[in-house]
Amino acid sequence: MSKDETKRELLLPGDEIEAEGLKPGKGVFKKDGKIYAAKLGIKNIRKGYVNVAAQSGRYDPSEGDKVIGTVSDIDASYWTVDVNAPFPAVLHVNDVPWRVDYGDTGSYIQVGDALLIKITDVDEQKRMQITIDEEGLRKLDVGQIIEIPPFQVPRVIGRGGSMISMLKKYTGCKIFVGQNGRIWIDGDLEGQYLAVKAIKMIEENAQAIGLTEAIESFLKKETGKDFDD
Amino acid sequence: MGSNKDIELIEDGKRMDGREFDELREITIKAGVLKRADGSAYLEWGKNKIMAAVYGPREMHPRHAQETRKAVVRARYNMAAFSVPDRKRPGPDRRSIEISKLVSEALEKVVFTEKYPRSVIDVFIEVLQASAGTRCGGLTAASVALADAGIPMSDLVASCASGKIEGQVVLDLGKNEDNYGQADVPVGYIPRSDDICLLQMDGNLTEEEYEEAMDMAIEACKEIHGIQREALRERYSTELKDENEKDLAEGV
Repeated sequence: MSKDETKRELLLPGDEIEAEGLKPGKGVFKKDGKIYAAKLGIKNIRKGYVNVAAQSGRYDPSEGDKVIGTVSDIDASYWTVDVNAPFPAVLHVNDVPWRVDYGDTGSYIQVGDALLIKITDVDEQKRMQITIDEEGLRKLDVGQIIEIPPFQVPRVIGRGGSMISMLKKYTGCKIFVGQNGRIWIDGDLEGQYLAVKAIKMIEENAQAIGLTEAIESFLKKETGKDFDD
Repeated sequence: MGSNKDIELIEDGKRMDGREFDELREITIKAGVLKRADGSAYLEWGKNKIMAAVYGPREMHPRHAQETRKAVVRARYNMAAFSVPDRKRPGPDRRSIEISKLVSEALEKVVFTEKYPRSVIDVFIEVLQASAGTRCGGLTAASVALADAGIPMSDLVASCASGKIEGQVVLDLGKNEDNYGQADVPVGYIPRSDDICLLQMDGNLTEEEYEEAMDMAIEACKEIHGIQREALRERYSTELKDENEKDLAEGV
């Protein structure tokens, strides 16, 4: 990680952001031509937009997010899915890869099942449209799901996916990190145990600098594997 | 606002507890004290001890109270039975319902409620120990807890009271000053936009006294705003996290 990382600028709600020629992005608001932080977080500039990356808070669904949901209710033509957002989402029979007859929803997905979902639309009322009828999306039959705070998801994924690919490599597990902070892990028990332990470490030290390196040395020590050579 | 001739609220130009007329009691705030809440803060203000916790945005129940276009900020002010010398009869009463409404409305002024339609942001304020000025303390702690919960808002609300004792305008009334003084003016202030979001007056003030009391309270609110920011900075500062990193590097 670069040296700039040590100078992460913490902003509080209402702080003015120096943003000459920049456009307001996420987590900021504009008033009288000036840009202010709208929430507690760390400033970042990307593609001409100034954003504040949240350091706390709940999951706020947005279009295109891939998340892990659990089925909380079942009806004749749809399932209600909890995706860790303020409101549950509705999965309609048209959005599943099978042809489901009216009233036959229960033979495909049951209450309590976990699903790998994509949020296809979020409207003004924060009503979500979700689907599992796309490549890579499915019902999760094996493995385990753990939860981390949603704002720490980028840390578990790492820059350009560095952290998550390292975890997969060392533990030999299949891992999927949902944007809503739910993580699905599948593999042999020792690998799962190690992956959970490593993710907990990331969670506890989310702001640490050089985290990827520290986690790597932990994984090396635990597994005895070394992919450097 | 009773009168008690036996009590000298001002002696030798100083107040009963030795403070100057425009001096605050000591305030300490700690952010993020509760694990299960999305955001929390603990505040000590003189002898006041107040805990605030924020949950949400989450689904609003009862459903009929939902707002289709915005989130509702629902604050609940509650005094513990042991918060006052005599036992406080538990449960909501006239006073705590009033303060809950007041705080809800003050916080709604800074929260971007339109970002979370149909939801509720629950704010719980628990007064553990009370010694005058708990509504201001509650509001101050609640806005720190909101920021800690990552709720989008335009600024932190700071709050403080001023008032009149023995004909003198003073800042931040203590227990006896509140009970035997002549006026009490709690103020909620939004520093960035220079707005007032809470204003009440108990007792009587002349126009000049009122102006003086307001100026005093607003100055104090700016100071409190600094303490609030410091509390949040302490919780989230990268320096503290850097120590974790060292532990991590050495420990593993």
